[in-house]
Amino acid sequence: MRLDFCRIRPSSLDRKLKINTDAQIATQGRAASVPFGHFKDVHQSFNRPGQAPLVAIEKITFDLKAGHLVTLLGPSGCGKTTFLKIVGGLIPASGGTIQINGCDVAEPHPDFGVVFQQANLMPWRSILDNVLFPMEILRRLDAAAKLRAKELLTLVGLEGFEHAYPSQLSGGMQQRAALCRALIHKPRLLLMDEPFGALDELTRMEMQDLLLDIRDKTGATVLFVTHSISEAVYISDIVAVFSKRPAVIADYIEVNLAYPRSAEIRYSAKFTSLEHRASRALGITR
Amino acid sequence: MTFRNLRSAVYPLVGIAIILVVWQLYTQILGINRIVLPSPVDILRASISNWEVLLRESWPTFLESVLGFALAVAIGIPFAVCVANSRVLNLTLYPILIATQSIPKVAVAPIILVWFGLGMQSKLVIAFLVAFFPIVVDTAAGMRATPVGLLELARSLRASPLQVFLKVQFPAALPFIFAGAKVAVTLAVIGAVIGEFIGSVGGLGNLLLTANSQLDSPLAWAALVWLSGLGILLFVAVVITERVVMPWSEAGHH
Repeated sequence: MRLDFCRIRPSSLDRKLKINTDAQIATQGRAASVPFGHFKDVHQSFNRPGQAPLVAIEKITFDLKAGHLVTLLGPSGCGKTTFLKIVGGLIPASGGTIQINGCDVAEPHPDFGVVFQQANLMPWRSILDNVLFPMEILRRLDAAAKLRAKELLTLVGLEGFEHAYPSQLSGGMQQRAALCRALIHKPRLLLMDEPFGALDELTRMEMQDLLLDIRDKTGATVLFVTHSISEAVYISDIVAVFSKRPAVIADYIEVNLAYPRSAEIRYSAKFTSLEHRASRALGITR
Repeated sequence: MTFRNLRSAVYPLVGIAIILVVWQLYTQILGINRIVLPSPVDILRASISNWEVLLRESWPTFLESVLGFALAVAIGIPFAVCVANSRVLNLTLYPILIATQSIPKVAVAPIILVWFGLGMQSKLVIAFLVAFFPIVVDTAAGMRATPVGLLELARSLRASPLQVFLKVQFPAALPFIFAGAKVAVTLAVIGAVIGEFIGSVGGLGNLLLTANSQLDSPLAWAALVWLSGLGILLFVAVVITERVVMPWSEAGHH
């Protein structure tokens, strides 16, 4: 639908070849086998003056299916946030292939929506204007955008707070508004960096249900960073467990629990065994 | 809210009242010569009987301060924005700014009087010079203190540098800018008075000097009180502007 997604940027030769083959497959038959996101041998190291380079990500390879919710689960400082930023085009990878919809990601794309650990709302804007911020930047601020913003705020239970300032809202409410802001421009890929990490347990569980509800309604593909095992298992189609730095995929867990999920599921044997598998991959239990 | 406002007004007023009463009793009981220290009542009398003179002389001082301050804002903010956003300009201009700031303005005032004359311009320039520094320093600090998360958000949407400045950096710097403006506006009054002291044909500073030389201490003190009133008036004007421009800063405190 949106052709501008595929603005191929010049890159190394082997990358170009990769793009061509993938693009051909994509145009040929829109086969379901073509992944929405394709990450191969993603490597990241940072140069440090006077020291050996810090290898944050050794090698990450996996595919992201359209409409899937994939969590990156790992210990803090393992490079999962770095990986998310690489996918979002916010930092360039040192090596490897990062493709969304068959195109190399080298810079941020308006078809991405980002939610950070902090709500990052602008204190000088009302909630409604905060939600509309991306539309302003993308120069698509119109009546339809305002209507959609109000609909989103209603969806997350913030109707009546459109004209409040962020400082008047609780942390959970601010994060709901941030979620609306990430969704306002109808992104196809939602990148979430520990978005519920700063919230209390009860609010957190509420937000997880809200996220699943929103994912259901928007059909967005979600890449979600967390260090909570139960959060990862509860919300995900796939849990990609990251090892300690330098990160590799320690386990790739398909969560075969049917949606819609409810809190009851957290106490099922299946859920517990998935949690156990994840904790084994993290090296917490044996 | 109203109760809190009332309380914040009552406390300083009670404090001032206590000082005035002690002062009055001190001068009365010890029979202090009013040339050395006029009592509050003397000052009030001088203030009332000379109100026309005081009002007339307030006008030039008011204009000098306000225009000097306005000029400092008009030049200081764009200057700070450039310095904060350009490494080259920062390296070139900031040390010069610091160096000029360390020159006492009182020492420069006679030179400025030579350049701009005894009229209002010279005072305006001195007021501008003293008000400029806090505006630049605070605005530059504000420009650099933009929350990283907001910058990252803007970048994830590929906002243009102009969009980032107008929609993120500048509004985020406003609390800093107003902090600088509050300091600057009171300094501007001081700058204007310094100018009037060095050489002038009018203004409250001029009146104060004249009254002092005629040993009319109550009038000199009255001029002092009016000067302080002028400073408070301008300060309050900046605070009100701040509340109008940044309504959100009040919204959270309830």
